[in-house]
Amino acid sequence: MEILVLIACGFYFLSAAGYLFYLIFQKNYLQRVGFDLLLAGFICHTIALGLGWFHSGVIPVRNLYETLLTAGWATAGIFLVFSYRLRMKIFGIYAAPLITLIMIVATQVARVPVDARPLFNNFWLVVHILTIFLGEAALALAGGAGVLYLIQEQAIKTKRHGFFYKRLPSLELLDGTGYACLISGFTLMTFGLVTGIIYAKSVWGHFWSWDPKEIWAGITWLLYAALLHERLTVGWRGRRSAILAIIGFAVIVFTFLGVNFFLQGHHGEFTRL
Amino acid sequence: MHHITLIGLNHKTAPVALRECIALSPDETIAMQAGLGEHPDISETVVFSTCNRVEVLMAAKNPENAVQVAKAFLARTKKVPVAQFENALYVHHDAAAFRHLFRVASSLDSMVVGEPQILGQIKEAYLAATRQKTSGPLLNRLLHRAFFVAKRIRTETGIGDRAVSISFAAVELGRKIFGTLENKKVMLIGAGEMAELAMEHLVRQRVGEIIVANRTFERGVAIARRFNGQAIRFDECQAYLKLVDVIIGSTGAKGYVITRDQVKRSLRGRRNRPLFFIDIAVPRDIDPQINRLANCYVYDIDDLKGVVDENIQDRKEEAVKGERIVEEGVVHFQQWYESLSVVPTIVALRKKIEAIVDGEIQHTLSSLNGLSDADRQALGRMRNALVKKVLHHPTAFLKRNGCQKDRTIYLDVARKLFDIDE
Repeated sequence: MEILVLIACGFYFLSAAGYLFYLIFQKNYLQRVGFDLLLAGFICHTIALGLGWFHSGVIPVRNLYETLLTAGWATAGIFLVFSYRLRMKIFGIYAAPLITLIMIVATQVARVPVDARPLFNNFWLVVHILTIFLGEAALALAGGAGVLYLIQEQAIKTKRHGFFYKRLPSLELLDGTGYACLISGFTLMTFGLVTGIIYAKSVWGHFWSWDPKEIWAGITWLLYAALLHERLTVGWRGRRSAILAIIGFAVIVFTFLGVNFFLQGHHGEFTRL
Repeated sequence: MHHITLIGLNHKTAPVALRECIALSPDETIAMQAGLGEHPDISETVVFSTCNRVEVLMAAKNPENAVQVAKAFLARTKKVPVAQFENALYVHHDAAAFRHLFRVASSLDSMVVGEPQILGQIKEAYLAATRQKTSGPLLNRLLHRAFFVAKRIRTETGIGDRAVSISFAAVELGRKIFGTLENKKVMLIGAGEMAELAMEHLVRQRVGEIIVANRTFERGVAIARRFNGQAIRFDECQAYLKLVDVIIGSTGAKGYVITRDQVKRSLRGRRNRPLFFIDIAVPRDIDPQINRLANCYVYDIDDLKGVVDENIQDRKEEAVKGERIVEEGVVHFQQWYESLSVVPTIVALRKKIEAIVDGEIQHTLSSLNGLSDADRQALGRMRNALVKKVLHHPTAFLKRNGCQKDRTIYLDVARKLFDIDE
């Protein structure tokens, strides 16, 4: 598993370099190379996680190392699906470095697995973990689309068409990509929260226990719900939508890591160093 | 050995008043190609003429003579004395001619660098020349190389990528905002030459509904009919702000025709869909403050000019890459062109050596008696071997790629050493 993770890490890094060169030189084959490398990394990554799951018998989220590995895997998977469907070639310039960063951080943290308890293999828990990770990965991409949107809008508004103006796609495509990521991310996250609540009921006997993790997860969900509501009713789009997507992603990162480090809660063990 | 020569004039060497006197109609081009082709000194010819240039390409034994003939022909065809246009003419031979042709074909020599029309015009002229059979092996190869170089420059550099006209710059911006302009609704307020030009560009992008608002309703109707659109009364503009995506302002009004408040009020009804204002009126029609509203983008004439200037600068930078590709093309073509003259030199060299050996054999045989036929045959074989061995190294050397750069010098030296040209 170790060696496969390192190989995947290497592929992701090279993919990020490929996308960087694509950004600079604008040659299509560079984007192709970046995408293929990312795909290769994802395959290694999947095998590594699969082996880990098979050997330990539990879903690999037992410590911060494994949690980050899974987060990186989910981001890569969601990105591959989206770039296949959305045809926004330049998006990799955000996704590939993000995945690489997650992986590098993962390999740098200590890894003490928590005891494999039987409740780890509860159906609701596995579904909860997978949907939450995939949903958050999609929302991470929505944040990235927001960043690219703001860069491009700035160029058009200020009429200074620099390096990025030529290289980034139209505002419409950036906004649409962000929206697609947002919708699917929000759906997956909702599903993840519901299954988490069901799981809590089955283990602790009550749906909601005002744990900091739960509160922050609720805040995140409300934030995205508000954004989508505004978008659907009065057509909130463009700049405001992009900024909120970025803020939403920051809140996710805090809910994901910050709550466990600064506040206490029942998710603490999953991010234990 | 035929030399390739090019004479011509273009927008850099001749003012428009002179260019219009010299520009050739298609019929005149054909007549000139036919006329030059009949001249004994000129073996091949291709002529092309656009509003910015006239170029005459020739392959001739005596280039100086060919130039005189072409000048005289131009003067006769256009009924203009040679003295009147002689100073504007440029004459290029061989490598300089290839370079010039490649630069022209790839639009590096154009008034607007990177414009795509010139290549098509040259292709057409070449097609006419091949039909008339005035183009031969030399010019065929040269023109095909020119098309190849032009295509390479177009694909490998960004020379034609960015808009260099105001109206096309507006279209390009529209695409950066909307992705595609297809089915976007456009409102034209006022009328003007540049506004109509922008409209034509937009129509080519297959925009959707077109709405024309003009102070004089009748004039609005006339313009709307041209673009297959709908005319509205001037005071209806406000209502239509909710519906359209692109607005072109081009009235002669003193104040702003569209104010920030008007647009702000329409935003909610538009569900924040982007709105792109192209203001080509002076004084301006669109309040520049609108640019600060969410999802609204305002470009006035100076902004668009700024975009165009930036793009022209970009093209110039790309043109530098283009020049390098042209040089590669010139070197390539020259290699082939020079290899043509290697063969005649080697043939002449062989004849010279054979003549010397044969002469000496005859001389010696006349004083020798009693040689058998077998002896004579042996001598014959020796003669062949001698010629072959003497020529082996010089031939290989001249043909070898190693001396490509200075091959002309070596050919010249070889010819002089063996006194071939006399």
